Amino acid sequence: MTSQPPFIRISSVSRVFNGGNGVHDLSLDIPRGSFVVLLGPSGCGKSTTLRLIAGLEIADHGTIEIDGKDVTSAPPSKRSLSMVFQSYALFPHLSVAENIVFGLKVRKTKKDEIKTRLADALRVTGLEGYEDRKPAQLSGGQRQRVALARAIVAGHPLCLMDEPLSNLDAKLRHAVRKDIRDLQQRLGITVVYVTHDQTEAMSMADIVILMKDGRIEQIGNPADLYLKPATAFAAGFVGSPPMTLIPANALPTSVIPDGFDANNLTFGIRPEDLILSTGQNDHPWGIPATVTGSEFLGAETFLFVAIPGTDGATARLPGRVEISPGTEVSLSWVGAAAHWFDGEHGHRLTPTVPGTSAQDTKITSQPDTATSTL
Amino acid sequence: MNEMARLQKRRLALYGWMLAAPALALMSLFAFYPAIATFWHSLFSRGTSRRPSVFTGFENYGDLFADPTFWTVATNNLIYAGVTIPVSIIFALVMALWANAHIPARSFVRSAYFTPTILPMIAAANLWLFFYTPDLGVIDQITGFFGASPTNWLGQPETALASVIIVTIWKEAGFFMIFYLAALQTIPPDLREAARIEGAGRWTYTRRVLLPLLMPTTIFVFVNAMINSVKLIDHLFILTKGGPNNASKLILYWIWEMAFAYFDSPHAAAMTILVLLALGLVAVAQFRLVEKRTHYR
Ligand SMILES: Nc1ncnc2c1ncn2[C@@H]1O[C@H](COP(=O)(O)OP(=O)(O)OP(=O)(O)O)[C@@H](O)[C@H]1O
Ligand SMILES: [Mg+2]
Repeated sequence: MTSQPPFIRISSVSRVFNGGNGVHDLSLDIPRGSFVVLLGPSGCGKSTTLRLIAGLEIADHGTIEIDGKDVTSAPPSKRSLSMVFQSYALFPHLSVAENIVFGLKVRKTKKDEIKTRLADALRVTGLEGYEDRKPAQLSGGQRQRVALARAIVAGHPLCLMDEPLSNLDAKLRHAVRKDIRDLQQRLGITVVYVTHDQTEAMSMADIVILMKDGRIEQIGNPADLYLKPATAFAAGFVGSPPMTLIPANALPTSVIPDGFDANNLTFGIRPEDLILSTGQNDHPWGIPATVTGSEFLGAETFLFVAIPGTDGATARLPGRVEISPGTEVSLSWVGAAAHWFDGEHGHRLTPTVPGTSAQDTKITSQPDTATSTL
Repeated sequence: MNEMARLQKRRLALYGWMLAAPALALMSLFAFYPAIATFWHSLFSRGTSRRPSVFTGFENYGDLFADPTFWTVATNNLIYAGVTIPVSIIFALVMALWANAHIPARSFVRSAYFTPTILPMIAAANLWLFFYTPDLGVIDQITGFFGASPTNWLGQPETALASVIIVTIWKEAGFFMIFYLAALQTIPPDLREAARIEGAGRWTYTRRVLLPLLMPTTIFVFVNAMINSVKLIDHLFILTKGGPNNASKLILYWIWEMAFAYFDSPHAAAMTILVLLALGLVAVAQFRLVEKRTHYR
């Protein structure tokens, strides 16, 4: 993939609206045939980025190349791409079939080709039998599929999707997620997909582009984002429940890796990496905390604990765990599971000699005992 | 159980009638009864102090058809409708499209278009009377600047009707524009974007998406324009009084003349019935034809 030229190349693109919002100095490469997810909180510029690629917005600065062609100021129709809108943007006065072939007709495709392509698109999206309905006579999921069919019918190599599932209920969303992913792989198209739902991003993406305030926070595959968040923001955004982030000066100095300044440091730990032990267990170290509540989810239990001087932490324990609120516990973790971030700028810090923090060797041997004794 | 359901149904029907009753009563009093009374009146001859009015059947109608003025007035009104309806609708649509686009001073453009609507027709007519004044009026000033000789726009048969038509369009287009503007604003902008992505240009989008979606509004505006083409005659009183030589006389003005200038109410009544008949036929045809091909959301 590295040797191939990227399918989409965005080079230092800015699009700033009145008021200073928008996207700033964006650069990214998207390989051919990949499923790329633009992820970020509301208002971070995901849609703007997508619209820049689509040509619905024109960049103030920078260049956009698609398939080796500079399309920075080309109109959408010259970029051979299709798009699925959040609202689906189906034409309400046209039937399902007319909606799907709208673009083909506009491009004056031959009659019989339109026919075969329509049949294909209907079959692939499972919409056979609905051709003559108007969008208003369809369910939300069916409308979504019409939008999808309209996007794939022209056979464009690039498909852009702006939160296409946000109007569906949770169960349907899960199913359609898989359908879209399958479809993308079957057709071998490149998909740029916008969402603010990190589960969606993690489950679908080859590459996740995490954005914040109009800038890219991190680019990587889902595992990278989860295991090695580049910033405290990325750490807090990806994962459910999110990573616990607490200022390091609330921790005992012994757990701070050498060479770090505890006063300008954020400590992060994934809920599943947090080890809880009740008072009897005599660990050489442990952070005292109080259980404030729990959520039982079937396969696992989330425990919420209060740590003095912080906003508290979340622990994820397998199975069913019953600890009444108010119980005093002590928290610990395997040294390598800790994430350290710069307190001020939030970027990731790597301990100079990894895995040599004081507690590392002492704790690793008994990570599970703590939970099972509870 | 079954009995209950039937009772329930009957009660609902009763509620329906009760709700409709006030409107129905008013309609009967002010619309149906006058229409029938007018029809009845049109079947009698004109009564004078010496000759009381007698039942003459459809003689009044026969008189009308025999009167050359009838044909002049009917033709005038057909031309008047045939021009004002489509032209004001097209103007309204184009103005709405423009005022809805992202242009500088958008709200100014909108209110400028709307101004003619809030003027009473009489005031508008006075304004145009000034525009049309031979030699001194704005129009002659402009044409005069290019060397044309002064024209008596309202005073000669060739231009009188056209001048009246222009005033009507000027008055109506802004009003209809408001409806189009309102309809345009309910069309989500991402339809436009979806169409653009699918390769549709401005014209294709307008023709394939915008106009069909505006169709309900167009029908509404069309019906209004049609009613106005019969109803709107206020400006005739100021501008031409139907003259010269009936060149700009419209049906309703003629009816008014017959009834209140010549006090010939039976003929006026007969003419009114003819107009009602014609309008009714057009309305039915319209609903039959257009309704079916329109998409309502
Ligand atoms: N046409 C516009 N005019 C002015 N500001 C805009 C415009 N479009 C977007 N913005 C601003 O740019 C920023 C990015 O908007 P964008 O729509 O890309 O957000 P997003 O990441 O898609 O958010 P969401 O998840 O809520 O859809 C926002 O702060 C928004 O207010
Ligand atoms: Mg968005």
